[in-house]
Amino acid sequence: MDVLSHLRRQAIEYTASLHREGFVDDQFTQLQKLQDDSSPGFVFEVVTLFFEDCEKLINNMRRALQVQTVDYKQVDSHVHQLKGSSSSIGAARIKNTCVTFRDCCEAQSFEGCARCLDRVTEECRLLNNKLQILQSLEQQIVAAGGSVPVLQ
Amino acid sequence: MEMALEKGMCSMKISVDNGIADEGKDNSNNIFSVLIVDDCSVIRTIHKMFMTNLGMEVQVANDGKEAIELHRSGASFELILMDMEMPIMNGPEATRELRATGVNSPIIGITSCTSEPAIRVFMEAGLNDCVEKPLTIEKISHFLPPIKTNTKDDN
Repeated sequence: MDVLSHLRRQAIEYTASLHREGFVDDQFTQLQKLQDDSSPGFVFEVVTLFFEDCEKLINNMRRALQVQTVDYKQVDSHVHQLKGSSSSIGAARIKNTCVTFRDCCEAQSFEGCARCLDRVTEECRLLNNKLQILQSLEQQIVAAGGSVPVLQ
Repeated sequence: MEMALEKGMCSMKISVDNGIADEGKDNSNNIFSVLIVDDCSVIRTIHKMFMTNLGMEVQVANDGKEAIELHRSGASFELILMDMEMPIMNGPEATRELRATGVNSPIIGITSCTSEPAIRVFMEAGLNDCVEKPLTIEKISHFLPPIKTNTKDDN
C-alpha cells in the first residue's frame, strides 16, 4: 500500500472511530461533504470558530455559576447557544451534555449544573484534540497530493 | 449552475433550477437569494455554505435588527432563515416587523429550542415553517427551487 493510500485509510478509520465513540454524528459528515476544492479549509474554519465559541460560552457559564445567587436562566441561555452550535457541527457528545445541562438549569440544581459544566468542558477538550489529529492526517493527505476522504 | 461532488466511487452533479415553478414565468437567469439571520458565527458559516453549495446567493445578518435594516435598504430575498434567540432583536420580533412592512418572502425559523409554546409564538409571528437545528437541506427542501441530480458511477 503506498503512503497516500495508507494515510487515506488511516483518516477513514479515525473518522469512523469518532462516529463509533459518539463524538460526532452524521451532521459532521454533511459538513465534510460541503468541503471541496473551492473551499478546502471549510471544515477547519468551522471547527476553529466552534471551539472559540465553546471557550467563550463555557467561561460565561462558569461566571454565571460563581455568583451568590445563580441566575439559572442566564446559564441556560449560554447552554442553549452551545447546544445549537454543537448540533450544527455534529458534535454529538457535547450536544447531549448540553441537553442534560439544560435539564439541570430548569431544575435549578447547582450540583447538577456544576457537574455538567465539568463534563462539557472535558468533552470540548476531547473533541478538540481528536479533530486536531484528524486535521493533521488530512493535511498529510493533501501534502501527498491526495484528496480528503469522506466517510460514506 | 452545476457542481461536481466526488463521493467515493460515485460522482454526482447537482443542477439548480433557479426558476420558481409556481410563478409560471422563466426565472432561469435569476439567482435564488437567501438571507441567513443568526447571532452565532458557526451557524452563519455552516448555513451559508449549505446554501452557496446549492448555487444560491447568500447574505447574512447577525440579528433581527440587521435583517430589518437590510430590507429597509432595499434588499429582498427568495428565502429567509431566521434564528429564534438573538440579542438586540430576536427572531419573533424581526419576523413580525418584516411581515408588518410587507415582506412576503418565505421565512423559516431555525432553532434548537424545543419548547412548544415558544415555537408557537415564533410561528404566529409570521413564519412559513419552523425547523429544529441542525439544518439539513431535506428540512427546507420545500422552500428551495427544484434541484436536478444526475448520478453516474465511476467504476
